Amino acid sequence: MSASRTLYDKIWDDHVAHEAEDGTCHLYIDRHLVHEVTSPQAFEGLRMTGRTVRAPHKTIAVPDHNVPTTLGRENPDQMPEDSRIQVEALDKNAKEFGIHYYPVSDVRQGIVHIVGPEQGWTLPGMTVVCGDSHTATHGAFGALAHGIGTSEVEHVLATQTLIQKKSKNMKVEITGKLRPGVTAKDITLSVIGRTGTAGGTGYVIEYCGEAIRDLSMEGRMTVCNMAIEGGARAGLIAPDEKTFDYVKGRPHAPKDAQWEAALTYWKTLFSDEDAHWDKVVTIRGEDIAPVVTWGTSPEDVLPITDVVPAPDSFEGGKVGAAERSIDYMGLTPGQKLTDIEIDTVFIGSCTNGRIEDLRAAAAVVKGKKIGVKRAMVVPGSGLVRAQAEEEGLADIFKEAGFEWRMAGCSMCLAMNPDQLAEEERCASTSNRNFEGRQGYRGRTHLMSPAMAAAAAIAGKLTDVREMM
Amino acid sequence: MEKFDKLTGVAAPMPLVNIDTDMIIPKQFLKTIKRTGLGVNLFDEMRYDRKGNEIETFVLNKPAYRNAEIIVAGDNFGCGSSREHAPWALLDFGVRCVISTSFADIFYNNCFKNGILPIVVTPEEHAKLMDDAERGSNAVLTVDLESQTITGPDGGEVSFEVDAFKKHCLLNGLDDIGLTMTNAASSIDTFEAKASVERPWV
Repeated sequence: MSASRTLYDKIWDDHVAHEAEDGTCHLYIDRHLVHEVTSPQAFEGLRMTGRTVRAPHKTIAVPDHNVPTTLGRENPDQMPEDSRIQVEALDKNAKEFGIHYYPVSDVRQGIVHIVGPEQGWTLPGMTVVCGDSHTATHGAFGALAHGIGTSEVEHVLATQTLIQKKSKNMKVEITGKLRPGVTAKDITLSVIGRTGTAGGTGYVIEYCGEAIRDLSMEGRMTVCNMAIEGGARAGLIAPDEKTFDYVKGRPHAPKDAQWEAALTYWKTLFSDEDAHWDKVVTIRGEDIAPVVTWGTSPEDVLPITDVVPAPDSFEGGKVGAAERSIDYMGLTPGQKLTDIEIDTVFIGSCTNGRIEDLRAAAAVVKGKKIGVKRAMVVPGSGLVRAQAEEEGLADIFKEAGFEWRMAGCSMCLAMNPDQLAEEERCASTSNRNFEGRQGYRGRTHLMSPAMAAAAAIAGKLTDVREMM
Repeated sequence: MEKFDKLTGVAAPMPLVNIDTDMIIPKQFLKTIKRTGLGVNLFDEMRYDRKGNEIETFVLNKPAYRNAEIIVAGDNFGCGSSREHAPWALLDFGVRCVISTSFADIFYNNCFKNGILPIVVTPEEHAKLMDDAERGSNAVLTVDLESQTITGPDGGEVSFEVDAFKKHCLLNGLDDIGLTMTNAASSIDTFEAKASVERPWV
């Protein structure tokens, strides 16, 4: 072990429970988050082999992917049968295996990656996994957090460890200050636009630099959330006073003497000055503009002031992919992005469903009316929803014509009834613009909450800076 | 898990880059609580029209490739979500091996847990194998995990790298949990006891 280590190296070293001769490690898992879609087969596996959950007190479950976001949803008749079976399976599994659980009827229910930090389950220096790729979100706390498959969910349930080989270290530095109208979402999309969706494959990314330090915890979660879209196993941000302030007093955060001991440890969690990086990407904060995606890959990112690109401006396999994307999206090369008309606006998801996101969108919407067919706000958790109501944000949205929904994943992946129709075009604050992601043949443009709010008002993709 | 040692089968070409897990198995099919039965919906939105009729031009609907057991795919195959339904759907269809220049991390790991071998090759080797896969009924490749080689229809050979532990598990069809319980259980107990003293707040 070299004397100088990255943050990732430090967390890794503190969690290796077993190392085989070939370097294959069993990494101890501090928090295991569980949702209804990727867990039923894992619990069934335990049942079939007579195994138990090794650390139920470190395992937290919440239904989020399937749940309706309409009022009165506690009534199971609101769910299609297949969704209801999955949610009921989680109810049953949580009870049978004795794990922490937030059912649909609980005000603390919400998207698993919003509930974890909100309840203080996610703490600096931890290892956090979930059968969901956006587990990367928790990296904002300086926790090593990543998505796993269902077989690995079963492995973690049974053994509280994950078989892993260490990834390489990548540093993404955002220097200087962001310009007005530019947000955490623009940072994370711009990074993917630069590095591509496979640019982070094999790496754990640490985001650093003044622009990252200046972000709130909510913003940092947005940045880390999309590390997976850049191909990385995880995204990390070193904890600092903002992190500690956010965590302090949360229901499952340490208290009193344990808080002091934790704080002492957490303050050691940073990359050493001369630590080794396998790859470094540096972007000037001043160079980042409000961006949107034009295609069907999260790497298809351009400043809102730009035009739809020509497929032949790319190289290799991307030429064909761009042709396919542009056709799927119903666009024309050379078309101004601000001329693209929008049908629907979705504000929510684990990327942008936190209180700060709703504040940013409400600031744009306030006193105006929507110019799209449909606009919805889906808070990331019941508590975010309650806070937004208390702050008057819900009224701003409702008066403008937005639907004000209950918490869940909703139209980010459209597993519940919140879906796009064929060729319906959506300005979305979510994380994936894949073909069919938000509904069969639906068209998704990814952007920040402020940009989505601007699109909702203007009825087309719009530079939010012109509305400020 | 079914073991994987040697496979001779039809290889289907899918040169599109960034084939994501939503393409491999769209979300409406994730509402299952089983691992089986997903093969019929593999690549659903590329494979069927809105009425459920097969789209003739899609590779796996072409007579030569209907029984493909290998896919030669464009860069960054399996990007997107962590859904293990993607390898489950491939396996249920009958695909046991995917060859590309790169894979998304979670998908890559998920394959090994299900007896599927994902193989990374260089762009030059990939071009040759894609060419082999485009030969219709002659697009037969032999993948030998023991010797880590792919043999094409003209006898040309490509060798590939695979992690030794993953190879061992795949060759023997070993279940990870059983292995961990046998090999690492006491280390985990020791670690847990130590960590609970050092970081009691966890």
